[in-house]
Amino acid sequence: MTSTDNILWRIVRFYADGFRSMTVGRTLWAIILIKLVIMFAVLKLFFRDPYAGRSDEERADAVIESLSAPASPDNLTETGI
Amino acid sequence: MNDFLQTVDWSRAQFALTAAYHWFFVPLTLGLGVMCAIMETLYVRTGSDFWKRTVRFWMRLFGINFAVGVATGLILEFEFGTNWSNYSHFVGDIFGAPLAVEGIMAFFLESTFVAVMFFGWDKVSKRFHLAATWLTAIGANLSALWILVANAWMQHPVGCTFNVHTMRNEMTSFSEVLFSPAAMTKFFHTVTSAFVLAAVFVAGVSAWYLLRSRERRMARSSMTIAAVFGLVSSVAAAFTGDLSGGVMARTQPMKLAAVEALYDGSEGAPLVVAGIFKPESERDGGEAFRFKIEIPKMLSVMSFHDADAYVAGINDLLHGNPGRDMLSVEQKMERGRVVIEQLARLREAKKCYDADTVSQVEALFDPSTPEGAEFLREYFAYFGYGYLRAPEQAVPPVPLLFWSFRVMVGAGCLFLLLFALLCWQAYRNRLYVRNSRWLFHACIWSIPLAYISSQAGWIVAEVGRQPWVIQDLMPVDAAISQLPSASVKTTFFIFLLLFTALFIAEIRIMLRQIAIGPESPGELRRNTKAAKKQKR
Repeated sequence: MTSTDNILWRIVRFYADGFRSMTVGRTLWAIILIKLVIMFAVLKLFFRDPYAGRSDEERADAVIESLSAPASPDNLTETGI
Repeated sequence: MNDFLQTVDWSRAQFALTAAYHWFFVPLTLGLGVMCAIMETLYVRTGSDFWKRTVRFWMRLFGINFAVGVATGLILEFEFGTNWSNYSHFVGDIFGAPLAVEGIMAFFLESTFVAVMFFGWDKVSKRFHLAATWLTAIGANLSALWILVANAWMQHPVGCTFNVHTMRNEMTSFSEVLFSPAAMTKFFHTVTSAFVLAAVFVAGVSAWYLLRSRERRMARSSMTIAAVFGLVSSVAAAFTGDLSGGVMARTQPMKLAAVEALYDGSEGAPLVVAGIFKPESERDGGEAFRFKIEIPKMLSVMSFHDADAYVAGINDLLHGNPGRDMLSVEQKMERGRVVIEQLARLREAKKCYDADTVSQVEALFDPSTPEGAEFLREYFAYFGYGYLRAPEQAVPPVPLLFWSFRVMVGAGCLFLLLFALLCWQAYRNRLYVRNSRWLFHACIWSIPLAYISSQAGWIVAEVGRQPWVIQDLMPVDAAISQLPSASVKTTFFIFLLLFTALFIAEIRIMLRQIAIGPESPGELRRNTKAAKKQKR
């Protein structure tokens, strides 16, 4: 085994042992994973980048379209803030 | 209310909700990381197992907060793209740079060394572990730097030029963006106030142990460190807050006027400490208070460090003040509409392949020509006003800002006093229940107050910026994506449930770990032995 393998193996073992000896950490990891799944599922289901898949020029055209004629019915909003 | 307005309001509510919950976790991470590093330095210097137990206990609480809070900030970054796509395109190059630096440098620094910090006890040398703890704390604070640089640019856009061809603001000077007074004061004030919150947390938890006669040595030592760290941080937060006020007076005068409920500007302006607002129906545009307690000239001193300086009021900024060279919002709206008209001209010319008109409009936005520079300075600087329908929309909500600011400053003064008293009692060796019972109760009750004042600080910073997403250049409703309001509404409630569940989980896990307390000396020996065995 080369010294590089040795270092890599030691890093893997470092993390593996660390995770194995966690006590509170397991609950925390469960929280982190559940949280990430929910967050990304929500974003994936309900949102998309309106400019995704467009070239820079197409994005610029879309933004100028929107900013020179904003989306509200009469160009301006009622609430303002 | 039509669907567009609902989308704007629900998107704002969703962003505010995400930011508020994210900010529950961040300040404790920023401050407790540094306090853990200080305690571990004491362990390395003394070699005492007492300090090792102490730092491992606080590190456990740091870990819980870090794990529950991690990734809530990511949602904010996604929301920029999904809910605020016009904004993201309009500022992408400038806003993206600090966030990218944050991701590459600070976040990796923090997340690499946090593993050594938690898994590395007795497997790496003491000094290497200490270095990892310091680097994690520094990495967390560097993350905050880059995020706050991006935020400060929204409050005071500098170091950029607008490219009409790409419809983007492009960075012309990274150093101007990084070292702008708004960015520097915001960073140092936010970080020092986060240190205060962490010190209050450590003092409060230590007080709980002392009142229950548990872990007395650890609690007294931790409380002493929290007292000194908190006192230094409180003084620094007051100083940086004063600097922030000066920057606000120059760059966001409407925010300052709203925070102070100052309607009519004056020389030697007084600072209202507290007051009772008149109902809207009784106000005739001038005096806002039925009753008030004020300190003469103080607002002028705080804003410009000159007791006779003129501080502009809401009415000056709204209706203009020719004597002071101030344009009215109406005049700014007209100038903003000129820019929107030019963009509409450009849009139509591009559609008709009218090259002459395209080059005419592009020349107007060219900063390298005198005409272009003048147009950018005299008209584009007020671009965002073109989207307002009524001048009053340029005024942020006054009572909310007035009281949020006073909660923040009032709590900050209380913490300064609390830490000074704790330092005094520690100096006299009187951190015992028989001498300081009431002070210990005050420490415990200060924990929720620290979180409330921290949120109040963000309300001042972010609600005070309204109606702008970028000061003077883009109001929130021009920044929005075309999304169905039902989607935003649904996700608002999903995030509300998720974040509330996370918040409750954090509190429950924290309280359980505090109740368990630090490892006993026997447990520490067993854990050390097990770690050394794994190392072999």
